[in-house]
Amino acid sequence: MGADQLLQYLLSGVTTGSVYAIVGIGFNIIYSSTGIINFAQGEFLMLGGMISVSLSHSMPLAAAIAIAVIVTGLVGVLLQLAFISWLKNPAVLRMIIITIGLSILVREASLHIWDEKVRALPFWSGNETSSLAVLGARISPQVLWVLGVSALMVGALTLFFRHTLTGRAMRACASNATAARLCGIRTSSLVTLSFFIAAAMGALAGCAVSPLTQTQYDMGTSLAVKGFTCAVLGGLGNVTAAVAAGLLVGVLEAASISVLPLAYKDVVALAIMLAILFFRPEGLFGSRAASE
Amino acid sequence: MKRYAPVLLLAAVVVAVQLLLGAVKSEFLLTQLTMSAYYTLVALGLCLLMGYAGQVSLGHAGFFAIGGYTTAVLSTAAAAAFSFAPWLSLPAAVAATAVVAFVIGVPVLRLRGHYLAMATLAFGFIVSRVILGTALFGQADGISDVPGIRLFAGLVLTGKRNLRVQNYYIAWTLVTVGLLFAVNLIGSRVGRALRAIHGNEEAAAAMGIDVGRYKLAVFVLSAVYAGVGGACLVHFNAGIGPGEAGVMKSVRYVALVAAGGMGSPGGTVAVSAVLTFLSLRGAFGLYDDAVFGALLVGIMLFAPDGLFGLVPALRGRR
Amino acid sequence: MSGALLEVQGLHHWFGGLHVINDVSFACRPGIVKGIIGPNGAGKTTLFNIVAGAFAPFSGWITFDGRGLTGLPPHQVAACGISRTFQATRLFPRMTVLENVMVGMHARARHGFLAGLAGPLFTRREEARVREACRNVLDLLGIGDLAGRGAGDLPFGRQRVVELARALAAQPKLLLLDEPACGLNPRETEEMSALISSIRARGATVLVVEHDMSLVMGICDEVLVLSSGRRIAEGTPREIQANAEVVSVYLGADDA
Repeated sequence: MGADQLLQYLLSGVTTGSVYAIVGIGFNIIYSSTGIINFAQGEFLMLGGMISVSLSHSMPLAAAIAIAVIVTGLVGVLLQLAFISWLKNPAVLRMIIITIGLSILVREASLHIWDEKVRALPFWSGNETSSLAVLGARISPQVLWVLGVSALMVGALTLFFRHTLTGRAMRACASNATAARLCGIRTSSLVTLSFFIAAAMGALAGCAVSPLTQTQYDMGTSLAVKGFTCAVLGGLGNVTAAVAAGLLVGVLEAASISVLPLAYKDVVALAIMLAILFFRPEGLFGSRAASE
Repeated sequence: MKRYAPVLLLAAVVVAVQLLLGAVKSEFLLTQLTMSAYYTLVALGLCLLMGYAGQVSLGHAGFFAIGGYTTAVLSTAAAAAFSFAPWLSLPAAVAATAVVAFVIGVPVLRLRGHYLAMATLAFGFIVSRVILGTALFGQADGISDVPGIRLFAGLVLTGKRNLRVQNYYIAWTLVTVGLLFAVNLIGSRVGRALRAIHGNEEAAAAMGIDVGRYKLAVFVLSAVYAGVGGACLVHFNAGIGPGEAGVMKSVRYVALVAAGGMGSPGGTVAVSAVLTFLSLRGAFGLYDDAVFGALLVGIMLFAPDGLFGLVPALRGRR
Repeated sequence: MSGALLEVQGLHHWFGGLHVINDVSFACRPGIVKGIIGPNGAGKTTLFNIVAGAFAPFSGWITFDGRGLTGLPPHQVAACGISRTFQATRLFPRMTVLENVMVGMHARARHGFLAGLAGPLFTRREEARVREACRNVLDLLGIGDLAGRGAGDLPFGRQRVVELARALAAQPKLLLLDEPACGLNPRETEEMSALISSIRARGATVLVVEHDMSLVMGICDEVLVLSSGRRIAEGTPREIQANAEVVSVYLGADDA
């Protein structure tokens, strides 16, 4: 395999990988504040793309994206408040089944609001033919947008968790909800906030990647599965590890087309997930206790 | 024995429905009723797994597809290349399903909670993608022109109009027998062991129950139910498509079992028969998937015990 | 040591860096009630769980009735003829009392999946035998009238007795009791002591971990004392009570 082909795979893998990472981070945020695996995570990317595409016809792109992000964030909040918040101590399994059901409902609602046609947001800069030269490979400038937006979100999130009071409160809540409550932290509001953040982040990533991979009403499911793979690979609950995991999964998936038929590309992430679950459920960076 | 009431009731209803439809000249409905039977078999097997062994499978459509595609390939491509008695493709399909279930069951059943759920989901996805990507399985077009199979005593497993009544009874007899087996199993030492595992795995082990082996056995059994359903439906429909392995189908089966009450095979059969039939008739129109999604969410939120029974695993404990 | 039903030799176990079982050896003759006592953190529950097969010891070995027991998983330990109860009762809440006890007899019955699927034609006789044996056990423990009740609905004291019945159903050679008096009031504790004595009278061997001294001193033939993972004394209750080291371990050594 030539060096530029390798580079091509790397760049393509890093691009999709960063999207997977964002989904994985979304899983981690909600998991660490509630212990729930929110299967609807993938739908947030879809909603971000769909809403922004619809709005982009009547307003500047930046405004469309901003509104889409906020609306999707609110959808996340709505889901949490309407379907999750009032359950008392639900079993883990019940919750994941509920979120799967919710993801189906969001999907189907989206199918009826828009339709099954594929849509794409306009390129944020340039158009579909522009390309930049990076280290000998040619890539679309949108790739830089995706990477940039993802990096920005991860950076902002890290700062938020480490240096703001609310962020630290969320970490406390994730670590020990009862103790947090005893310290006067309002855990229920933080849970709602975590859903907002996860949904909004997903939406922004969905908008960034829409020009490249298009947006379709049913893209959420496979994104959710791959995002979960990243979350587990990095260690469930470990936000920063999900980034590395996402990039790894993306690159492996991209590289796989050199050995597997293209149709099996999706199987790569699934196989990684099964391998991690079977052999090292705490992920590459997690501790045994966390996976119990 | 009052535990056999559901079995007898089912047999009675099956016969009554056929006679009624014959009387009102609506025998065309038998086709969808027959199809419902085969989908109900999957739900029935899943009921044993979820309701009694307390495990979950979000990929059971995968086993349905394995059963179906195996017999489809053997009856078309393989039959053209080799010669063997056509009816052999049915046990081959069931065997293939059992083997796959055994092989993936060993590692998968060591997982718990959402890891188990996601692993089974991944399994279903993998089956689905492999089917879509492989020429032998017809990729997106599936396999068609699958011939019927001549069974014993002049019975033929096929979708031909003139043999409709016969096939309706073949299908529902399979379901009735499946229900009979389920009821028997539940009332036996094995059934108690499964319920013990569901109640408290550690205590069950201390009583001498080999938890791992039992879980695997029920997993394989539930997969076999699905494989039988898939294999038979293929010959009835004369074909199969990749949608049968999809996540939406798997979720549908879970919804049916949840609604029927995971501890109630009779309830599962009833709910599954009715809802699947309505779905096949197009009663839910464009909202088909949404209906099952809503059913699942609704049941899980408000009645995790299902409409008919009990399900401790979904109550508030980890 | 011949004649011993259960033999434990040189057992060591660590949890993380903590040496929780430190060179523990003892034997248990058939037909007696042997108590294991010690202050909190002595390692009694760990020792108990190792014998019951919950996990394998770091080193050392256990023999039961001539067979090696070390490292066997719980269901195989049960198949050898050892039954156990749990400190926090672990009945199967959605099953009736009788069904709970019938599960206790799991290792003594045989029919498997195929017979189970095929139905009563093949299983009727064995099921009837199991059912009758279990009813007898319930009667023996004085709770025959509770057979049809849901196990989860019973008051705590009754649940403990059901758990005992479940452990007895398998007619074990060795019965492991994990703090049977835990959570019982004095009257219930006395009843439990009487039950355990009657179990011994029927020829069973009992190994009991316990904090309640009245039960231990009242019915145990022998007592093993652990402290900080070490075996510090073994003998009759009288001897143990007179042992200075035992007393100091419970009451604190005199610093003077």
